Amino acid sequence: MPAVSKGDGMRGLAVFISDIRNCKSKEAEIKRINKELANIRSKFKGDKALDGYSKKKYVCKLLFIFLLGHDIDFGHMEAVNLLSSNKYTEKQIGYLFISVLVNSNSELIRLINNAIKNDLASRNPTFMCLALHCIANVGSREMGEAFAADIPRILVAGDSMDSVKQSAALCLLRLYKASPDLVPMGEWTARVVHLLNDQHMGVVTAAVSLITCLCKKNPDDFKTCISLAVSRLSRIVSSASTDLQDYTYYFVPAPWLSVKLLRLLQCYPPPEDAAVKGRLVECLETVLNKAQEPPKSKKVQHSNAKNAILFETISLIIHYDSEPNLLVRACNQLGQFLQHRETNLRYLALESMCTLASSEFSHEAVKTHIDTVINALKTERDVSVRQRAADLLYAMCDRSNAKQIVSEMLRYLETADYAIREEIVLKVAILAEKYAVDYSWYVDTILNLIRIAGDYVSEEVWYRVLQIVTNRDDVQGYAAKTVFEALQAPACHENMVKVGGYILGEFGNLIAGDPRSSPPVQFSLLHSKFHLCSVATRALLLSTYIKFINLFPETKATIQAVLRAGSQLRNADVELQQRAVEYLTLSSVASTDVLATVLEEMPPFPERESSILAKLKRKKGPGAGSALDDGRRDPSSNDINGGVEPTPSTVSTPSPSADLLGLRAAPPPAAPPASAGAGNLLVDVFDGPAAQPSLGPTPEEAFLSELEPPAPESPMALLADPAPAADPGPEDIGPPIPEADELLNKFVCKNNGVLFENQLLQIGVKSEFRQNLGRMYLFYGNKTSVQFQNFSPTVVHPGDLQTQLAVQTKRVAAQVDGGAQVQQVLNIECLRDFLTPPLLSVRFRYGGAPQAFTLKLPVTINKFFQPTEMAAQDFFQRWKQLSLPQQEAQKIFKANHPMDAEVTKAKLLGFGSALLDNVDPNPENFVGAGIIQTKALQVGCLLRLEPNAQAQMYRLTLRTSKEPVSRHLCELLAQQF
Amino acid sequence: ILSVLQFRNFKIIYRRYAGLYFCICVDVNDNNLAYLEAIHNFVEVLNEYFHNVCELDLVFNFYKVYTVVDEMFLAGEIRETSQTKVLKQLLMLQSLE
Repeated sequence: MPAVSKGDGMRGLAVFISDIRNCKSKEAEIKRINKELANIRSKFKGDKALDGYSKKKYVCKLLFIFLLGHDIDFGHMEAVNLLSSNKYTEKQIGYLFISVLVNSNSELIRLINNAIKNDLASRNPTFMCLALHCIANVGSREMGEAFAADIPRILVAGDSMDSVKQSAALCLLRLYKASPDLVPMGEWTARVVHLLNDQHMGVVTAAVSLITCLCKKNPDDFKTCISLAVSRLSRIVSSASTDLQDYTYYFVPAPWLSVKLLRLLQCYPPPEDAAVKGRLVECLETVLNKAQEPPKSKKVQHSNAKNAILFETISLIIHYDSEPNLLVRACNQLGQFLQHRETNLRYLALESMCTLASSEFSHEAVKTHIDTVINALKTERDVSVRQRAADLLYAMCDRSNAKQIVSEMLRYLETADYAIREEIVLKVAILAEKYAVDYSWYVDTILNLIRIAGDYVSEEVWYRVLQIVTNRDDVQGYAAKTVFEALQAPACHENMVKVGGYILGEFGNLIAGDPRSSPPVQFSLLHSKFHLCSVATRALLLSTYIKFINLFPETKATIQAVLRAGSQLRNADVELQQRAVEYLTLSSVASTDVLATVLEEMPPFPERESSILAKLKRKKGPGAGSALDDGRRDPSSNDINGGVEPTPSTVSTPSPSADLLGLRAAPPPAAPPASAGAGNLLVDVFDGPAAQPSLGPTPEEAFLSELEPPAPESPMALLADPAPAADPGPEDIGPPIPEADELLNKFVCKNNGVLFENQLLQIGVKSEFRQNLGRMYLFYGNKTSVQFQNFSPTVVHPGDLQTQLAVQTKRVAAQVDGGAQVQQVLNIECLRDFLTPPLLSVRFRYGGAPQAFTLKLPVTINKFFQPTEMAAQDFFQRWKQLSLPQQEAQKIFKANHPMDAEVTKAKLLGFGSALLDNVDPNPENFVGAGIIQTKALQVGCLLRLEPNAQAQMYRLTLRTSKEPVSRHLCELLAQQF
Repeated sequence: ILSVLQFRNFKIIYRRYAGLYFCICVDVNDNNLAYLEAIHNFVEVLNEYFHNVCELDLVFNFYKVYTVVDEMFLAGEIRETSQTKVLKQLLMLQSLE
């Protein structure tokens, strides 16, 4: 085979490259390059027309200079000229330059596209391939617009050469990924599927990639590929090691094609056709069998190629998750690899086993390898491998081995690499909570975490331990005793002080009987740490102190003295100063009863997803989803330890906040820094709507002040930074998705929940309304592992809404990482009564493909209801005053849900009106009253709902002072029952 | 030695030959070993094409290396894996003016 030697072709280029390589310094190199650039420029500008060879040589030099890292701002036209040369070498350099230095000059693009068009039509396979490669490498939208329709034709044309088909398939794949809307589906798709039968394995190799991509969006259109892929795979797998000649790689027949076919099959569930399925299972078994045969070569290439197929086979088996026999065999195979001398294999085995661990069929089999995995955690030299071992331990953990795994992970934490400590901490915290049989073990574990790796214990972790202790009576005394002991250590981590301070403030009374931990001892222990702590911790401790005054009156004098000290009362930090002042006053002014009410023990937290789990998911991205998913293999664990114990929600919102918090989510919607009211630090801990802070008036004030009408200049400030630079008018955005109304209806009677969810994105809502103001938090969670680009959610006011409702949004980051969540805050002001909700238009690019949809924002007029209590006679008097026919709206309708009085009550309360008892003579009926608050006017509303259980019907009557409001409210409310 | 690195939301599969590292960036769920061997397959083709390839061959003939890449990988996917077929095509192109 003749070799290519250097210098063959363009001598001048070789000389130039040699010169550059001989440069002794960076400066010398730049000098040489500048000289060359000047030379090329003069040649290009010169009067003498350059011949093709010179043009090619100079363009190639420019390319080389560019590859060295220098900017090139000329030569594009000469490169484009080369495209129309009929010499291959000139054309090739032209295309290469264009592909590497894409230029968005539209005139150039026109010329380039023209040249490509000519080459595609040339019937010269070499030129056609060059053109196709250029499109595939550039993949721009302009090229898509120009050629997306032609390429399918080239791909399936009977007379296209094999190499052209290969390039056309992948070219089309690139265009489809970049702009799926430009690639027209059609009759060609069926013929593409049949390329799986092509004689030329290279064509099959390219076609499988294309089909795998296309079928993800249109699985039904490509369903026939399953049986074709299976038979192709079967022929490869059962062939002897030399049958496929060119496509045999180190005695392994067509390894890459096999892998691609196995990946294609992972786009679908197991084949329905029994014969196809049987054939496939046979293939999978053959691959597993071959893994046990002695290798046909000692070369690593042989074993790598063979194992590439094996791992993909195991992935498919895990994907099907329906063949217990194969799953267990896969697990045994991976078990062998866990001890293999090849690091790559150990790594991959740990990785695959992680997914196997979440299958109910193989979970037990995976567990048998626990000792090997623990050993890997201790002895592997590469941190990535150790990380996989930690992942696998986490995935294989269940009630039976939790104590062992948690203690091994704690031990590992002491020496773990800094890079993965935080993750290990999160994992330990989650496992300890999930599999805690007795909560004292849980408390011990978390305190150990803080001891060993305090710096890596994030807020989520210590918030969580507080939530759990607060919700579980049985562990509170133990927790108080344990933190008290932990705080005795001469040097303890600040996180320990936080946890200790909080727990003693709530439950210190449970150990106060013991003279060794009497109230004064508790106080002086905590206060001995005070001066070494950060502001946030000191603020927390001040709250503990005021709680002590309530719990232990005997400490009052000491604590008041501490609060009164100049260092607190005149503290330079406004937060500390405010707390000291307020707590001091509270303790002197308030009677014991008031104090006891204000500082009452924290109510239990509502049930929800662990914030730690949410954090781990954010960290790892959804790739780790299967390993994190709990419900699947141990459903019972959810009931016992899935969350903190359910507590009846006492908020007026009828639905518990469960679904909102099911978001992968949510840093607590911390108040913006502007309103750093005394309560904020603690409000963060509480985080749930049920936990109305009982700490005193301050948190409540902070809440209200946030909702105060913005000062006249503040809207200006917000407008200075309006959400998207170009706020798309209603005409730019698509109509709301068909389900938009249904989704909106879900939020008429509640404020929190998941507004929207598809395969890519989840949107959660959390909102609060006061008077005519509201604040809404939207949480956008990227469910994929791929970053969203150009992410821009916008609120649009259709029609007159602009004059009725003011919504200010803040811009959100344009990129949303895979698995990450971004939060958007909306400030809403109701100016006057309105009938249609604002629209939320969400646009972003996912893997290059633009995504756009429009939802209705759950802001309905009833959100601005202010409940009004009134006596029966007042009610009837007002009812009569609103007796004009247009003031009343009535609807008689069938019940869509079971007629449960409690549920109905909750819904009416959620709707916003007050419920008036003893007004309606019929106790089955519901009567409510409220005022809708808008900036311009107030609308008084009365309502009456009469259920008829026998007929399964309701009659709903609304009377308001404004006709459209009556009708609209009636409309909204009627859909809720 | 492990031949994979996490890189943002992707992973990089790499292999070292003398002083050169050959790297491929792929999706996290792509098949490590298949890409590891794809690198080797590519290097074997280079070796055959340049007759005992060395770093200098790749520097001086960088524009030809692009041609080899396009024959074997396109649009981020494996296009052709048969060394015989790739070399035959490369020789045909070599013979063109």
